[in-house]
Amino acid sequence: MTTNPALILIFGALPIPLLQGRLRTAYLLALPLVGLGYAFALEPGLHWQVDFMGYGLELLRVDRLSRVFSYIFFFAAFLGNLYALNDNDPVQQVAAQVYAGSAIGAVFAGDLITLFVFWELTAVSSVFLIWARGTERAYRAGMRFLIIQVGSGVLLLAGLILNVRDTGSIAFDLLGVTSPGTALIFIAFGIKCAFPFLHNWLQDAYPEATVSGTVILSVFTTKLAVYALARGYAGTEMLIWIGATMTAFPIFYAVIENDLRRVLSYSLNNQLGFMVVGIGIGTEMSVNGTVAHAFTHILYKALLFMSMGAVLFRTGTIKGSELGGLYKSMPLTATFCIVGAASISAFPLFSGFISKALIITAAANEGYWLIWAVLLFASAGVFHHSGIKIPFFAFFAHDSGKRVQEAPWNMLLAMGIAAALCIGIGVWPGPLYAILPFPVDFQPYTSAHVINQLQLLFFSALAFTWLMRTGLYPPEMRSTNLDSDVVYRKLLPWLVRRFLAVFGPVDRAARRLATESVERLIAVVFRRTGPKSVLARTVAVGGMVLWVIVLLGVYLLLNFT
Amino acid sequence: MRDERKYWLDDRRNVTKVVWGLVALCALLFVADAFYDKHPHFIAETYFGFFGLFGFVVCVGLVLAAKAMRIVIKRGEDYYDD
Repeated sequence: MTTNPALILIFGALPIPLLQGRLRTAYLLALPLVGLGYAFALEPGLHWQVDFMGYGLELLRVDRLSRVFSYIFFFAAFLGNLYALNDNDPVQQVAAQVYAGSAIGAVFAGDLITLFVFWELTAVSSVFLIWARGTERAYRAGMRFLIIQVGSGVLLLAGLILNVRDTGSIAFDLLGVTSPGTALIFIAFGIKCAFPFLHNWLQDAYPEATVSGTVILSVFTTKLAVYALARGYAGTEMLIWIGATMTAFPIFYAVIENDLRRVLSYSLNNQLGFMVVGIGIGTEMSVNGTVAHAFTHILYKALLFMSMGAVLFRTGTIKGSELGGLYKSMPLTATFCIVGAASISAFPLFSGFISKALIITAAANEGYWLIWAVLLFASAGVFHHSGIKIPFFAFFAHDSGKRVQEAPWNMLLAMGIAAALCIGIGVWPGPLYAILPFPVDFQPYTSAHVINQLQLLFFSALAFTWLMRTGLYPPEMRSTNLDSDVVYRKLLPWLVRRFLAVFGPVDRAARRLATESVERLIAVVFRRTGPKSVLARTVAVGGMVLWVIVLLGVYLLLNFT
Repeated sequence: MRDERKYWLDDRRNVTKVVWGLVALCALLFVADAFYDKHPHFIAETYFGFFGLFGFVVCVGLVLAAKAMRIVIKRGEDYYDD
């Protein structure tokens, strides 16, 4: 039996509050790296079987798909811990290790029951990263997040039970939407993967988390869902259309959103769309593309969230309308942010280029022209809001006059490592291609591909510049933009209030009628049997004697006749 | 912390230089379409400068559409705080 490396993080989290100072720092940095080393050493295969109520649980399944996700999860946990060092909040540190550990445990789960347990554990542990913000707003957002995440787990459990009834198996392999059970599991994954209309927990909760909490949240929950979909639903054609929708609609919101961490949450949603399309196409190339994109995305998205977190940490705000000109006081953060922006925009020589290309080329190879066009539109759009808008409004635009300190050393180091990897993977994609689930036969750096991508990006930049210079670009404004969460935050409460307003009086009248009838009944009974009623009246002794005499007289009379 | 230093980008004329640099780069990339082998999957890819024009048009469309969306979906910042 070999232990699941996830337990290194989950149980390793326990002593954190007892450690102090440098010892805790060293421990937090070493823990995920030990786990990473352990994951590297694992041989493919099923390593840990446990019998549970007649079902064989597979607690550690190692194959090429689970391995690559475990590597990036462990490494992201390391980056997150490094970035969060200056915060030094034991609650968040414990929550982050348990959260990362349970995501890794889920990735290594070979059966649906184990997956379910870790799935729920990610939900319960991650919410503390939101609550740790300590505001009323964060508390409420965390509550909504928790309900939706746990709800996803409940659907997974329901689907799992139906699936066991149908097939007798709890194995987590290719499922496909073939029965009510597998459909429920699909929806459970879809919630965590932020499918359209199931997505809004992401943009609602992530920007409300702490500075480091958002960075850590951005890594695990959604990519665990991507992994689960890739494992269970590769080649499900519906996913192509769902994914394409996901790439497109969030970018409209991203353009007009003011909270820059919320802009990044919308672009996170858009990037998930690319991965979902790759899963839906289901060829070796497209699934490779999805996994590669998840890998690079975790790094550049964490980098972008880290840079915006540093801005929030130093200035106290993350609203585009109040920022600008920060490149003067935070030049390193600005540089790292631009590297992240170039990576998410898929500039040649940056990591997004070598991963997204696999998905778009796979879509084109299969002849999906409409999907291809949507992905191209989304690529231009993501450059527009993540590539330009984020760095531009935070670090350039009009000078807000804010002069702050550069980010703390640990944040800079975490951003520096992530940025170096973004460039490293972009320049030298071979090692990443080598650990993908299927053999890669793809050359991202062809002249056609490089020139086409540069044309797309620079003309998008030209469009942005033209719109800015002519004043057509919508200004950053303090605002809330309605999204699907309006259904459960406004519409449902309003419907409940309307319902109560209409049916409240009816209900009150019915109750009054009922109580009045009962009261009337009681009054009638009281009159008959109460202290002053006929039955309860007291009679004088003389009267009684008289009546006994009468009775005896009648008896005598009857006796003689 | 007061900072009176002048930065290169503080001068509007320098910003204009950057913009013209971008325009020149775009022109260069547009012309570059004549000088490489295309391996198109779809007919649209064979149109001259397709990727550049597509990028420009969809970005302008995206921003104007998003701006129009504000009319319908924009609410006050404290919309949910009651």
